[in-house]
Amino acid sequence: MNLFLETLIGGLLAGTMYSLVAIGFVLIYKASGVFNFAQGSILLFAALTFVTLLEQGLPFAAALAVTILILILGAILIERTVLRPLANRSPMTLFMATLGLSYVVEGAAQGLMGAQVHALDLGIEDVPIFIGDVLISQFDLVAAATAVALALVLALLFNNTRIGISLRAVADDTRAALSIGINLNRIWQIVWAVAGIVGLVAGMLWGARQGIQFSLSLVVLKALPVLIIGGFTSIGGAIVGGLIVGAAENLAETYVGPYIGGGITPWFPYFLAIAFLYIRPAGLFGERTLERV
Amino acid sequence: MNAHPRAVEAAAPILDVRGVSLSFKGVKAISDLSFSVVRGEICALIGPNGAGKSSLLNVLNGVYVPASGEIVFNGEHFRQIEPLAAARRGIARTFQNNALFKKMSVLDNVLTGLARHTRTGFLAQALRLPGARREEAELRERAEAILEFLELQPYRDLTVGNLAYGIQKRVELGRALVSAPTLLLLDEPLAGMNAHEKAEMSEFVFGINRHLGITVVLIEHDVGIVMNLSGHVVVLDYGRKIGDGTPAEVASNADVISAYLGTVH
Repeated sequence: MNLFLETLIGGLLAGTMYSLVAIGFVLIYKASGVFNFAQGSILLFAALTFVTLLEQGLPFAAALAVTILILILGAILIERTVLRPLANRSPMTLFMATLGLSYVVEGAAQGLMGAQVHALDLGIEDVPIFIGDVLISQFDLVAAATAVALALVLALLFNNTRIGISLRAVADDTRAALSIGINLNRIWQIVWAVAGIVGLVAGMLWGARQGIQFSLSLVVLKALPVLIIGGFTSIGGAIVGGLIVGAAENLAETYVGPYIGGGITPWFPYFLAIAFLYIRPAGLFGERTLERV
Repeated sequence: MNAHPRAVEAAAPILDVRGVSLSFKGVKAISDLSFSVVRGEICALIGPNGAGKSSLLNVLNGVYVPASGEIVFNGEHFRQIEPLAAARRGIARTFQNNALFKKMSVLDNVLTGLARHTRTGFLAQALRLPGARREEAELRERAEAILEFLELQPYRDLTVGNLAYGIQKRVELGRALVSAPTLLLLDEPLAGMNAHEKAEMSEFVFGINRHLGITVVLIEHDVGIVMNLSGHVVVLDYGRKIGDGTPAEVASNADVISAYLGTVH
């Protein structure tokens, strides 16, 4: 029983790390209907900027503030040069643009900061602790708490501020939002900046665990099954999706793995995602689009 | 104030449409159309289906770009006006098929209409700085007043998508109204309503014009209501203007009678 609980809890906690990555996608998808392929590179760029500043001797808080500032400027730049000129184009055009953007961002990161692996120490001990008689990773606990706190802050921001209301309006009906005086360009800047900051938090946590290196941009691939399961349009869905993926892959590795030679973790989430596509194509919390025939 | 629109026309046109043409892939939707709307009046655009009424409204708030001509609004000349710029200058509108935010509550829908009055930035709002909180309180009060005025208070927290069509039309009117517009464009505000709802809605439109002093341009098919409600009627047919004047003048215009009243609907 303990093994089961440990596997489950460890999986759930690790799942929140996937949720963190997925939330960045959801924000941008909601506001502009774009699957932002560049989210992974932005995550990498943010984490790399932060660790580089730290290595230059900046204190933690200052490095964080400067990185956030750079992300905000980056969001404004992306909105001006990519989103604004391509406004009203098909989602496929925008997706291709973000594909290109991901290479530009990754190239900029490599050009400016080099390609070596950086270690990031956030001061969280990665030593398991006993809660009752269940062994739990301390780092996972902190990561999970961060993910939950971030989701709460975002929910507060987007539900209670008027800009949050504008954001929901844009997500609901872009044309109507424009006609009533909502500044779409500004909404996009804000959303991309917030998605960048969410990426920074995710990048810091992932980076602290596995080092900040170029493969970090591949955590995007981990977010995909999370989004398919939770739905592309719901922050709550991203969290639940992350939990399901985390728990499922951990349980599968422990209980099914031994029978088929192990190594299930990398592909099991996709298997799960395909199963979900059969049953619930819009995800658990996604919006089902009704089509008029 | 609507009794002699001709007399004040020269004095204060708030909107002047000058030689506007619009075509879609070679098909002319509007040809060389000119007319003026006087400050404080209710101006009705009528005409058979496909006459170009909705297209004209879309030109006025910038959704369509006219091929030629210009629009003078409040003294400013525009070759083309962007939707955002139109909204910022006080042109508010409703849509023929409602363009509400269906997943949001009535109150939130009305609050979105306040976008052009938001002065504080995102950070100030997120951090709930005193300035942002004061602004928030002020604007919410305005939204509440509009809900009161349009008798929408009982529905305030309900999701718009689930409401009856007539109520939705009123919510959309509220969203346009809360921005305190100078010019209100209404695209078929009475469409799809029963007689009771139509009477109620006309009452609201009349009140908005009379008590809030907002100039209204509206498209409506119900000629009986148009003749009672508006002081100025512009008749379109195939994108051209065939009549322009008081309801009485338009009703006796031979072109109008043959084009509009002669058509069987």
